[in-house]
Order: sequence, then C-alpha cells, then structure tokens
Amino acid sequence: MTKPAPKPASKPASGPLTGRRIAVVIAVLALIAVPYAITEIYYVNIASQILLYAIFALGLNVLVGYAGLVSLGHAGLFGVAAYVVGYVLAAGYGHTLAILAALAAGQVATAVFAALSLRATGISFIMITLALGEIIWGLAYRWISITNGDNGISVATRPEPFGLPLDSARGFYAATLVVFLVAVAAAAIFVRSPFGAALAGTREQPRRMNTLGYHVWMIRFWACMFSGLLTSMAGILFVYYNEFISPQALALTASAESLLMVISGGAGTLLGPIMGAALVVIVKNVVSAYVERWNFMLGAIFVAIVVFMPEGLVPGAVRLARSAWRAVSRQKTGAPSVAGTEQ
Amino acid sequence: MTFWLLLTVNSVTFGGLLFLLSAGFSLIFGLMRIPNLTHGSMFMAGAYLGTTLLSGALGFTLDFWLAALVAAVEVAILGALMERLLLRQLAGQQLAQVLVTLGVSFMVADLCLMGWGGDPISVATPPGLEGFIRLGTAVFPLYRMAVILIAVVFAIALWLVLERTRLGAMIRAGVDDPQMARVVGIRVSQLFTIVFALGAGLAAFAGMIGGPILSVYPGLDQDMLPLALVVVILGGTGSLLGSFVGSIIIGFIYNFGQALLPELAYFILFLPMVLVLVLRPQGLFGGQIL
Repeated sequence: MTKPAPKPASKPASGPLTGRRIAVVIAVLALIAVPYAITEIYYVNIASQILLYAIFALGLNVLVGYAGLVSLGHAGLFGVAAYVVGYVLAAGYGHTLAILAALAAGQVATAVFAALSLRATGISFIMITLALGEIIWGLAYRWISITNGDNGISVATRPEPFGLPLDSARGFYAATLVVFLVAVAAAAIFVRSPFGAALAGTREQPRRMNTLGYHVWMIRFWACMFSGLLTSMAGILFVYYNEFISPQALALTASAESLLMVISGGAGTLLGPIMGAALVVIVKNVVSAYVERWNFMLGAIFVAIVVFMPEGLVPGAVRLARSAWRAVSRQKTGAPSVAGTEQ
Repeated sequence: MTFWLLLTVNSVTFGGLLFLLSAGFSLIFGLMRIPNLTHGSMFMAGAYLGTTLLSGALGFTLDFWLAALVAAVEVAILGALMERLLLRQLAGQQLAQVLVTLGVSFMVADLCLMGWGGDPISVATPPGLEGFIRLGTAVFPLYRMAVILIAVVFAIALWLVLERTRLGAMIRAGVDDPQMARVVGIRVSQLFTIVFALGAGLAAFAGMIGGPILSVYPGLDQDMLPLALVVVILGGTGSLLGSFVGSIIIGFIYNFGQALLPELAYFILFLPMVLVLVLRPQGLFGGQIL
C-alpha cells in the first residue's frame, strides 16, 4: 500500500501473502468450519442469525458509514423483501420467483425511500426514514388482507438450490454463508471502487464534490439502492430462517437494533458491522435467556455506546490488534528496535 | 350526516391532542436541531403516571385534571433531567443526541411495561364531561369538545408566550440563530432545558387527557411518535403555526382514513408527507416560528 498509485489500489503492493489476505482466508475457513466444529444445532442457528444480520448491518453501513446518512427505517426495507417472499409463496408460486420478486420489490421500495428521504440530509434524513419505516410497519400491521396483520405469514418450505435441501440447520448455515460471502465481497468491492470514494466524498464535502462535477444526489441514490439490495437479501434469509414474518420484524426496535450493530462495531469499516451483528445477536440471545427485558438492555447499550465509546468497539480493538501484530512481526524479522522506528 | 359530523369532531379532537404533542416536539427541534425520539414515550409515560394518580394506588386519589397536571410536571422534570444529564454531555453532536433519545425511548417503554403490565388501561372520562351536547339532530360528546377547547387555549397561550414574553423572544432568537442569540447574551443552553421540559410536560399532559379517548397501552409511544414526526415534516420544524395546521390535517386524514379505509389508515398519512417533501421540503410553514 506504500506505492503511490494514481488510482486507489486494491492490490496490496507486497504480493499475495499479506497479513490481511491470510486473515481473510483464515476467517473464511473458520466460518466454513463452524457447523463441523459446533455440534449443537442451537449454536449453528445462532451462527446463521449472526451472518444474516451481518448482511443487514453491512447494507445499513453503506449509508451510515460511507454516505453519512443515518437511516432509522431500514427494517421497513428488510420487511418488504421478507413479506414479498411470504406473500408470493402463499399465492402458490415457487421459491425462485419469490426470491426474485422480493429483490425487485425491495429495490422498488428502496427507490421510493431514497427519492423521498434524499430530499434532506443529516437529522432530517433520520426523521424521514423513521417516518417511512413506521409507515411500512403500519402497513404490515394493519393491511390485514395482504399481510395477515399481527399473525404474520408463515413460510412452509425452504428452497432447495441445486437440489441441496436447506431444511437442516447446517444446510441453512451453508446457504447463508454463501450469501454472506457474496455480500461481503460486494461491499468490499463497492467501498474500494471509485464510486465508493466518490460516496465518501459526498459525505465529507458535498459542496466540493458538486463543484467537481459529481452528481451528489445521484451518488447517494445509488448508494441507497445498493444498501437496499443487501438489506433485501438479509430480509429474504430472515424469512426463510424463521419460516415466518410478522410486523415485529419491521418495528422501530428492529431498525434501531440494526443501527446498533453498525455503530457498536464501528461505522465506516467492513469488519465493524459484522462484529456488531455478532455482538448484538449474542447479547440478545444470552440476555433473553435470563431476562425478558431485551428492549431495556437495547436502550441502555445504545446510550452507553453513544456516550462512552462513540467510535465503536471494533475500531479500538482493531487498532490494538494491529499494533500488537506489528510488534510481533518486527520481532520475527529482526527489524530495528521498536524504540528507534517509532516517533 | 351525523356520522360525518361526529367524524369531523373526532378529527379535530385528535388534531388537538396531536398539537399538544407536536408543538413541543417542533420547538425542541427548532431550538436544539434534534428530533426528540422520546416524545412518544413522554406522551405514554404521562398517561401511565396520570392513571396511577387517578387510581388511588398511591394511597390518595387526585382529580382527573390535577392528575394530568401532576403527571405533566413529573414528566417535565424527567425531561429536564434527561436534557441536563444526558444530552448536555453530547452538546453539538446531534447524531449522538438523537441516538440517545432513541435509546431512552426503549428504556422508558420497557419500564412502563414492567410497571404497568401489558394490558391496556382505560381511563374514565372526568366527571361532569360524560354527557353530550345536542345541536338539532347532531350529538357531540362533551369531553371531546373540552379537549378541543383545551388545545385551542394552549395554542393561544403558547402563541402569547412566544410572541409577547421575554422568554418567548429568547426562544425565537434561539430558533432563528443560536450563535447570534449567544452573542447577544442569551443563555441558549438554559433555553434548551426549559424548552425540553416544556415539550415533555405538554406531551405528558396530552397523553393523560388523551387517555379517555385512546386509552393507555404498551406501544402507544410508537403509535404517537410517527404522527408527531409526520405533523412536523408537514408543518415545518420549529413552527407553532405549522404544528397547529399540520396536526389538524393529520387529525382529519387519520380519522377519516380509519373510518373509511381502516386497513390503509396508516399508509394514507404518507400521502400529504410525500406531497410536502416533493413540493416544499422545508414544510408548509418552515422557517417561520409563529
């Protein structure tokens, strides 16, 4: 990364075996090994939940972390995709059509969302997305002839991609992992692309970007669409995971949970939302095993993180790990003493 | 005919409640530049506290109006404490402040669920107002007329405070240009506390007097907060007139929607919001406080 390049280089300068690449390979292998290493179905299911919420958080992070637009209505988009799967399946069509329809509906909903909420930025953006999210929740709750109201829609079967049944916890985990890896790769490419750089530019200096000839609104719009796509993917996995969707999954609490995943892990990083999703899912499952007061905990964690560690838990940990790694590798290669190189 | 008249009365009543809720929301937004996401919780907390004061569970029973007033004062104090102890720590960081209000709203909702349980609590109409007014063939519930009257009185009082008093002038200055207000010696941070407490108290009062109409139940906060949001998006932030007009519009749309298209009532609220966002993003009365 030290070589000055005209484009933001995605290739590390020092060959294929950098620490980062090794870490990614190890992480992927570990994720593949999860269902073999863990025998209890319960924990495999938790791992599936973490992955699907990580996709959701990655999607939200595109807006929160890179575009600087905080959405409190993303559970609505998540829900649109999930409900469409339920509705299309209930109407008697197959899984392929259900998933395609859900992705399409998610994109349409996102486009409407974006067209309205991008009239504003900053705090007003939060308000508008919150109102829109609540309206989708209201639809799910009250439009009983379509959504079955509070009783929700059940999905009887899971799809069988390429003849592989997803009915078992392990099968479902494998499918979720594939989607998750695709999502992470897409997010990584997106972030490193010129478009990602332009998006970060609109976050930091919208006026200058405009002066430089970038269409700020359009950049934000496509960021919303990408965010909505990842969110819809998570919503589809969610409805298949639970085999059920009800308005609860669209409530403000759900939007807030996903936002908590992003900011607790560290917005604007790739790893942050994933770790945040793991944290929230684990805490939620652990806490709800002992106390019923998850909402209180959610609120308290929210307040604590915002007040005491606004940059998120992961960036701090990553910084520590990096300096430790540097110290270790220096010792191994016999580099000049630490005191000499550090200012 | 009677149906439509009654629906109209209900709409105006609900609009009045919404005005009490959203006037404070709008002023807080105008002054502090943050949507106070605990506003729905304050509405609900006011109603719950009021019902407890009414029920005599504390060993004494208050009159309905006194209960509403005491609940409003209690919630106003809580609001002031929250502003002082939490939001003040994050001065200037609007996003953090919004997230804190969101976190607190979940905590309040769960605390209310813990304290008052999951069953809806109905609030009896205050004695003397159970009756009806007859005008020809039409019949109007007395209590709803009273709520309309209260909302109008509060609207006028708020207007007078903002327009005619020193405090009002300071608030207007703060909404208009906080930096300049500071420069001329107004303690804007103190105004934050006052306006936050005022808004919280108004919301709690609205929650209690809305009790006989809406009853009190878990989730009331999440029903009311989006309505306040839509009112303020519609009317424009920081504008008293905007919240008044917005409240009446939303009151009508919500009630007529529920009567005519019950399944889509919530969705129909969306339409005026879309229109305003597309045609006039600053809201109908954005940029003018009165």
